[in-house]
Amino acid sequence: MAVGIGIELDSGGAPVPGAVSPGTVPGRRRSLRLPRSPKMLAGLGLLAFFVLLAIIGPFVAPYSPDQIFANSPVPLPPSAAHWLGTTNLQQDVFSQLLVGGGDMLLVSFLAGVIATVLSVVVGVTAGYLGGWTDELLSMLANIFLVMPALPLLVILFGFLGKTGSNDLFLVGLIISVTGWAWGARVLRAQTLSMRNRDYIDSARIIGERQSRIIFREILPNLTPIVASSFLFTVLYAVGTYTAMAFLGLVNPDWNWGGMLFYAQGANAELTGYWWWFIPPGLAVALLGTALVLLNFGIDEFINPRLRAAGLTRRSGGGGRGRVRRVGRSQQFALTPVIRAGGLRAPATAASFGSESEVLP
Amino acid sequence: MTTPVLDAPPVLEARGLTKHFAVHGTVAAGRRLLRGRAAGPGPVVHAVDDVSLRLMPAHVTAVVGESGSGKSTLARLLARLIMPTAGDLLLGGEPAPAGQRRRIGYAKTVQMVLQDPFASLNPVHDVHYHLSRPFMVHGLAKPGADLDDKIAAALERVALAPADAFWHKYPHELSGGQRQRVAIARAIAVQPRVLIADEPVSMLDVSIRLGLLNLLGDLRDREHLAILYITHDIASARYLADQIVVMYAGQVVESGPAVQVTDSPAHPYTQLLLSAAPDPERTTPVTLLGRGAPPSAVAPPSGCRFRTRCPHAMAICAEQVPPAFPAGPAHVSSCWLLDADVPRRRSADPDADGHRPDADGHRPDADGHRPDADGHRPDADGHRPDADGDRPDLGEEK
Amino acid sequence: MSAAVSATGQGERLLEIRGLCVDYGQGPAAVHAVTDADLVLDRGEVLGLAGESGSGKSTLVMAATRLLRPPGVITGGEVRLYPGDGSAVDLLEAGYAALRVLRWSQVSLVLQSAMNALNPVMTIRTQLTDALAAHLPHMSGKQRRARAVELLAMVGISGDRLASHPHELSGGMRQRVMIAMALALQPQVVIMDEPTTALDVVTQREILEELKDLRDRFGFSILFITHDLSLLIEIADSIAVMYAGRLVERAPANALFRAPRHPYTLGLLGSFPPLHGPRVAMTGIPGSPPDLRMLPSGCAFHPRCRFAVDRCSVDAPPLDAAGGSRLAACWRLHGDGPVPPELAVPEPDLVTRSTP
Repeated sequence: MAVGIGIELDSGGAPVPGAVSPGTVPGRRRSLRLPRSPKMLAGLGLLAFFVLLAIIGPFVAPYSPDQIFANSPVPLPPSAAHWLGTTNLQQDVFSQLLVGGGDMLLVSFLAGVIATVLSVVVGVTAGYLGGWTDELLSMLANIFLVMPALPLLVILFGFLGKTGSNDLFLVGLIISVTGWAWGARVLRAQTLSMRNRDYIDSARIIGERQSRIIFREILPNLTPIVASSFLFTVLYAVGTYTAMAFLGLVNPDWNWGGMLFYAQGANAELTGYWWWFIPPGLAVALLGTALVLLNFGIDEFINPRLRAAGLTRRSGGGGRGRVRRVGRSQQFALTPVIRAGGLRAPATAASFGSESEVLP
Repeated sequence: MTTPVLDAPPVLEARGLTKHFAVHGTVAAGRRLLRGRAAGPGPVVHAVDDVSLRLMPAHVTAVVGESGSGKSTLARLLARLIMPTAGDLLLGGEPAPAGQRRRIGYAKTVQMVLQDPFASLNPVHDVHYHLSRPFMVHGLAKPGADLDDKIAAALERVALAPADAFWHKYPHELSGGQRQRVAIARAIAVQPRVLIADEPVSMLDVSIRLGLLNLLGDLRDREHLAILYITHDIASARYLADQIVVMYAGQVVESGPAVQVTDSPAHPYTQLLLSAAPDPERTTPVTLLGRGAPPSAVAPPSGCRFRTRCPHAMAICAEQVPPAFPAGPAHVSSCWLLDADVPRRRSADPDADGHRPDADGHRPDADGHRPDADGHRPDADGHRPDADGDRPDLGEEK
Repeated sequence: MSAAVSATGQGERLLEIRGLCVDYGQGPAAVHAVTDADLVLDRGEVLGLAGESGSGKSTLVMAATRLLRPPGVITGGEVRLYPGDGSAVDLLEAGYAALRVLRWSQVSLVLQSAMNALNPVMTIRTQLTDALAAHLPHMSGKQRRARAVELLAMVGISGDRLASHPHELSGGMRQRVMIAMALALQPQVVIMDEPTTALDVVTQREILEELKDLRDRFGFSILFITHDLSLLIEIADSIAVMYAGRLVERAPANALFRAPRHPYTLGLLGSFPPLHGPRVAMTGIPGSPPDLRMLPSGCAFHPRCRFAVDRCSVDAPPLDAAGGSRLAACWRLHGDGPVPPELAVPEPDLVTRSTP
């Protein structure tokens, strides 16, 4: 794509002298301008690790997760043969861990997708159309928000029975039922604010149909929020699925919640068999952390102020002196004065009464 | 108030346009809800009241007013983004049609450019997309080479060339002036007959405003567009417009040829605006003709809405809304001062004690006495002359 | 050095800015928002700072008062305040405590968004007395309230408004409250950044008249920043014009209006349609203000300048004397080709502004 320089013409059609308008920095689509912030990269990396784990785990696991080894009623601590020890049934914990990721990620992402689709349809429609549609859809969302999730899930899963709770799709669907309402509210609020933007008015003045306005004008602007809402819902699904398995409401074989279920059943935390419950718990926590970090990254993208405050090192190195990271604490202090040949620390409240110092 | 009649039929005409917005979220509104219909209409914001306007081809009409004057609401009413509470809109002499399909017909004839160049273009679409929409919605071009040609032609009309340097750009890659030109190109792509420009240059840098105003003037001359130019800057209105309409608190207060209205303003509000506007050529210090702030839109003053700030306010100003009086060729102003009866009205005003003249025009004197049928007042003792016209001498009894 | 002499050439120097450079960001990708700015404000003077977007006028004053937030950094220059007791305070070297004392008691600020700077959940009285309490801890509560009433009276607001919240006041009144707060400690310099741009023209005029009165009464200096050059000509004693981060001209207001010396000033003056006289076609300035990340070489104005010569695209002209105490940064004035007649209008007689 040629990055051209536009020229303005006067009424005679000749280029206005000196009217070369380079505009702002040319080139890339807005959607690719994701900031390379440390949080985002960490989150992405961690998530990628877990996805990889989920995919190759079953193939890399040294044993089958339900394979029983020695005949001892006591779980064995980590050893060369069993890197994370064994359960009380002498199954290899490490294999269980590796195998457990797949179902978890599948169900969570499924729930995330279904819930996001629901929240987009309900939220954006309610926000744009207003009136009675808005009232009805908002009431629906509010009902689902107010309903306590856990009892509802217990009832629904109980309803589903043993066979039903083996079906991952159904499990994901049920989890999404309790997870869509929050996103719908957020999207409705965003749509309401966007509805009065000038470019929406312009589209109406041009004569665009309402459906086209919703799908081609409003929705593309909601992408960062939809992405954030999706990640948040996946996080919620991870926790909920783990909880359901921990409670034995869904099939505990084989996922991390299930490991916790069995461990708790054998009183592992009381008797100190840490290798049984800490790895799955840690895995769930790290997966959640990955999603949260990604969400922070998207937050920074949406809110440019956060971006400016958190980043710095990109422009370092090539300039004079050392470039110092300008952290959040210095937003309330004085404008830094940096002269060639050394750095002056901006005076903060702590350096009360003293002159500014030169950093080594 | 109607604008003066000019030759040639108007392209777009507004008759008695009124728009009232209901006030939401107040305690009174809640109470009304409980009482039901018996409560009557609640408080409303009188955004636009009884405004009539005619837009002629090859003619720029400027609407000048401050915030709260209703000028932006008027623009949206004319563009049919919102519907009037009362009044009619006539397009080419026929009432403007309602309904979706007819709405497209209206959109093809009446287009609008908005104030904020940073907000009027969707940030996720490039220039090519923005300019293709009007052609595609109205079926004016076939996708492909035909569409590209038409888009290039539209960009050229607003002096953005070469077209292919621009059409892959996103709004954030353009300067404010360029964005506004793209917005104008989008509006005139369908070859409308009316262009409504709502403060098109207010948010642009000063040095590029005239370039855009000159472009609008060009469009008026070359393509015979009827342009409605809305602004708070009376100097730019004088520069571009053929006719200036001044609005205050939702009503039109003055209307006439641009130069005449600014050189000889007939309405006290216009005079106030002109005295307050920056004028480097000014030699004498500023005397503001009138103080205070615009009135509440929910409860505007009775009669003439400007009377609370007007240095010339009379009794009648509070009683009746002034009609449009002539103030020169093709120049009208809604002000009682222009009424031929002004001297009579002035003297009919209550004096400092609040006394009005009686049917013969006499007022009570300091003791509160009025003259009798012969026009005599009592003397210091309270005596009036008898039928022969004699008074007792002071101190004597009659 | 002629650049340090104030335009009026008289009066006591109050605030002096020399060679100030401000960047956003650091290293090779840094954006030079202000380059080599020289500015002198005298006691009791109204100095106007005019410029469009990207000119750096707001950045200049925010940096000079050390209020600019990261990623803004000052990379050079000096800023000195002369409070009048013979001392000089170097604002760039001062520590937090020293600056805290200076702020508001010597130098105060009224910003464009000042109307929205009032805390919506606090009454006006609380906000005024808070400002007083922060700087005058010895004042009793009663004294502070009395002073608050005094301050409001100064700007024409009755004392019973003290109990109101900001949303109950109009935009013009809120701006007046901000001005009252700025004058609470009787500072020597009041910096105003587009204080009336968001207001109606009538309210704007009222507030400016009141400001003039207050200045006559209290004798503070005003640094008035705006893009509206036509307004500055009416209210300022002298005007400095900025373009793309540099100062391009500095002159007494009347002289700038009648006899501009810099092509940008000429063009800017030609961007305001007059309110009287015959209607003539005007063009403003072709092109648009440059992006600070991609500045033209040499003089930043040369792509839009109809008097540009070859040297203009190579070197940036310095701000040098242009007759009397005036300053202008243009090669055509400093020996590089004949001075165009539009830039050589004879100086108007220095008439003292007629103030009532």
